[in-house]
Amino acid sequence: MKKFAVVQFPGSNCDRDLLNAVLKAGAEAEFVDYRAASLAGYDGVLIPGGFSFGDYLRSGAMAAVAPVTKAIEEAADAGKPVLGICNGFQILTEIGLLPGALIFNDQHTFVSRDESLKIVNNETLFTRGYRQDEDIVYPVAHGEGHYYCDDATYERLKAHNQIVLTYNENPNGSRNDIAGIVNERGNVLGMMPHPERALETLLGSDDGLRLFEELIRWEANHVQIH
Amino acid sequence: MSRFIEPTTEDIRNQKLYAEMGLTDAEYDKVIDILGREPNYTELGIFSVMWSEHCSYKHSKPFLKQFPTSGDRVLMGPGEGAGVVDIGDNQAVVFKVESHNHPSAVEPYQGAATGVGGIIRDIVSIGARPIGLLNSLRFGELTEANNRRLLRGVVSGIGGYGNCIGIPTVSGEVEFDPSYDGNPLVNAMCVGVMEHDKVQKGTAKGAGNKVIYVGLKTGRDGIHGATFASEELSEESESKRPSVQIGDPFTGKKLMEATLAAIDQPELVGIQDMGAAGLTSSSSEMAAKGEAGMNLYLDQVPVREEGISPYEMMLSETQERMLLVVEDGTEQKFLDMFEGFELDAAVIGEVTDSDRLKLYYGDELYADIPVQPLSDEAPVYILEGEKPETGEKVYDYSKEDLNRVFDELVGHPTHGSKRYIYEQYDNQVGSNTVQKSGFGSGVVRVEGTQKAIAMAIDGKSRYVYADPYNGGKEVVAQTFRSIIATGAEPLAMTDCLNYGSPENPEIYNQLEESTKGMAEACRALATPVVSGNVSLYNENRTASILPTPVIGMVGLIEDVNFMDGLSIGAGDALYLVGETEKAFAGSQIEKLIDDEVSKQVRNIDLELEYSRGMDLRRRLTEGDIRKISPVGRGGIAVKLAQLAAYHGLGVDVSMDVDGEDLFAENASRYIVVSDAGKEIKDAVQIGRLTAEGVRIKARDVEISRDLAEVAEAWEGAIPKCMTSVD
Repeated sequence: MKKFAVVQFPGSNCDRDLLNAVLKAGAEAEFVDYRAASLAGYDGVLIPGGFSFGDYLRSGAMAAVAPVTKAIEEAADAGKPVLGICNGFQILTEIGLLPGALIFNDQHTFVSRDESLKIVNNETLFTRGYRQDEDIVYPVAHGEGHYYCDDATYERLKAHNQIVLTYNENPNGSRNDIAGIVNERGNVLGMMPHPERALETLLGSDDGLRLFEELIRWEANHVQIH
Repeated sequence: MSRFIEPTTEDIRNQKLYAEMGLTDAEYDKVIDILGREPNYTELGIFSVMWSEHCSYKHSKPFLKQFPTSGDRVLMGPGEGAGVVDIGDNQAVVFKVESHNHPSAVEPYQGAATGVGGIIRDIVSIGARPIGLLNSLRFGELTEANNRRLLRGVVSGIGGYGNCIGIPTVSGEVEFDPSYDGNPLVNAMCVGVMEHDKVQKGTAKGAGNKVIYVGLKTGRDGIHGATFASEELSEESESKRPSVQIGDPFTGKKLMEATLAAIDQPELVGIQDMGAAGLTSSSSEMAAKGEAGMNLYLDQVPVREEGISPYEMMLSETQERMLLVVEDGTEQKFLDMFEGFELDAAVIGEVTDSDRLKLYYGDELYADIPVQPLSDEAPVYILEGEKPETGEKVYDYSKEDLNRVFDELVGHPTHGSKRYIYEQYDNQVGSNTVQKSGFGSGVVRVEGTQKAIAMAIDGKSRYVYADPYNGGKEVVAQTFRSIIATGAEPLAMTDCLNYGSPENPEIYNQLEESTKGMAEACRALATPVVSGNVSLYNENRTASILPTPVIGMVGLIEDVNFMDGLSIGAGDALYLVGETEKAFAGSQIEKLIDDEVSKQVRNIDLELEYSRGMDLRRRLTEGDIRKISPVGRGGIAVKLAQLAAYHGLGVDVSMDVDGEDLFAENASRYIVVSDAGKEIKDAVQIGRLTAEGVRIKARDVEISRDLAEVAEAWEGAIPKCMTSVD
């Protein structure tokens, strides 16, 4: 059975939810402390939401220089799936594994609600379980979720089909409604919405379950190089 | 005492420095009696905070004694950080509500944030993991810029702390009324879940056991916060901003995890949050409960800067701190554990078999106080209340334009959508939120089980002002109804008593009568009081707030899966359960048209309340009905408008009552949604849900509006006030 690492920073608060999501999808998962030097032995790395190091200085900035960062980069280089959700997305952009940055929501207040989203690339290892242009609902909960990048970066994202998820009703002013992107190789996904909070209709939506089911089905030879 | 420059005992006596700290001449004399000598500056500071209203309940103790505090499910009642109630399977729910009114008035963001942080630590120090936060807020009308500023600050402060620490805010309530101008109310409630055998007490036992400090380094913030919270707000309050504490939710999160880990260790003897009055209350209360003494070596306390005196250290309200007593010899184990969490921690003292709290700094003794009298002999004041005249007001709103009344009420921030507020709170972190903020109680599943906890908070101050005794009953009943509406069995409650100055005879009477009514309701509705908090002296420059007891209640849902897929739609029948009476005292139509609250008798039948509620909750869980919505402020008309706007459904209702009765606010009524033709006790079918239009017909009036109009007014009630840049 595959085993995934859920990285815990001081201030992570969606760590247990993310671990539970992997377990529910049918794989093993373990917490790994941010002081760990290696993530060898794991089939993928998940970076949870929350407020790593209090988001002091700038969201994700301090987590990006934590000891575990190097191991996350190695996992990404090895082609293993790396998924960053919310604060995890912010950390991935701070590390530089994903382009662009997450800045304050346009309205300058935190936003927490069920968000209508569109799967605009169903060819990644994370999203193969969805139809192209399928509308889904994941919750969002963030204060710094406005995805920002320059024109050249945006053109590259478009050219390489890296935009995976967009907002149907943009909650934060993100450029071109971007809610989630992958790297060029397709194995690193960052997204502001929370699929790990959308696993059961009792809680509002089970649209997130397929993402984790696809993630754990990942095989090395399936990774697409665009 | 040469290390710190402080007033001498002579200065204290001659300049009456105790008065500045909030002690009366008589209280100062009592301190001298207890000590057998004049107190020094540090000792005086300790007595003054421990005897503040906030810590000693000196004006409210007699009233609190009326509340029933035991029951089959109550595992721990008032007296500790929070109450503990059995939910079966060796699990318990832990909860409490607390006010942070005065700090929020002068610094809304930090005042509200630290209110949330403080109540979370109360729950955690019992040994429970928090699963939900709630808040009850009061502001003046949003037409005033200062009230908009306070709302913005308070809401972002609550979100700033709760979102970061990772506990979902799942319900709340807010009212806007001129009586809260300049004196907002910020009451925060936290609910946690734990296993029975882990319940911790704040106790210091066993001579030689070590006292450990963990959390943020102590600074000079919040000195005399508890005293500040026990005074009327005045023009000088602004200058008391240094009395407001600063929250650090990141450290709060680390401290929460570290505390829960420490509670798993068998060598832990006791633990208490350093909340109001900080190190003073935690150390002296733990020693009092353990019937022990305590020596503290204050030079060992982690500090943020050099030169903080024992006086300042004992009175500081630096946030995110806990005090632990651990078995002698195991202190290193705890220190190592806290280091793993990257928290400051130090052994700062030990338990003694004397009966004294002794504070050393280096080799100097700064305080030597007998423990029991400090907490037990706090003065209690029983004053004379004065019952105000109640008149016989004749209400007649039949000549009013009731369509206009409807529009005004639906579009008022008190009745409109609270989306502006609750979307700023993370309400799903933890992935167990079944029902979140927006419409009624929060419902949070107990992880790994089918069970869920329903949690609600409510306050109805206009009813309490109109009739303190019956209004007190109604506040409890209203919260009971919110729990019933989820299908949960109401278990127990917590209360936060927000009033003006008890030294005013009419306000003293409000306290006296309303708590009597509340106590009766607790008994009748089988919801004992397991924790609580009192906030008096809520007065601004000209007047007192309306008497605002706020009730927090929890209920148990045995199998929450009945809620999966539960929905209502066009064609469903609408029922009104309960008779409609011409009850207008304290109503919203009275506020709108007469601009007053008249002192009139209100009525409530608690036996009926209980049986009706229990019958409806059973019907909901059994699938006989699909929605229960209690009728509250603004009466049936406003409730129907809220239902329509929230669900995007029209209503077509016809009732055999006078038009004004659509806005009457008598107790014990619900709107129920189900199939047509149901036999429900005391209920009549009043109409249906439709696809379009809001039509409410009474004998002499018809309210008729487009659904889109109603929805826009309801959604826009708060945002339309918040658009201006203040």
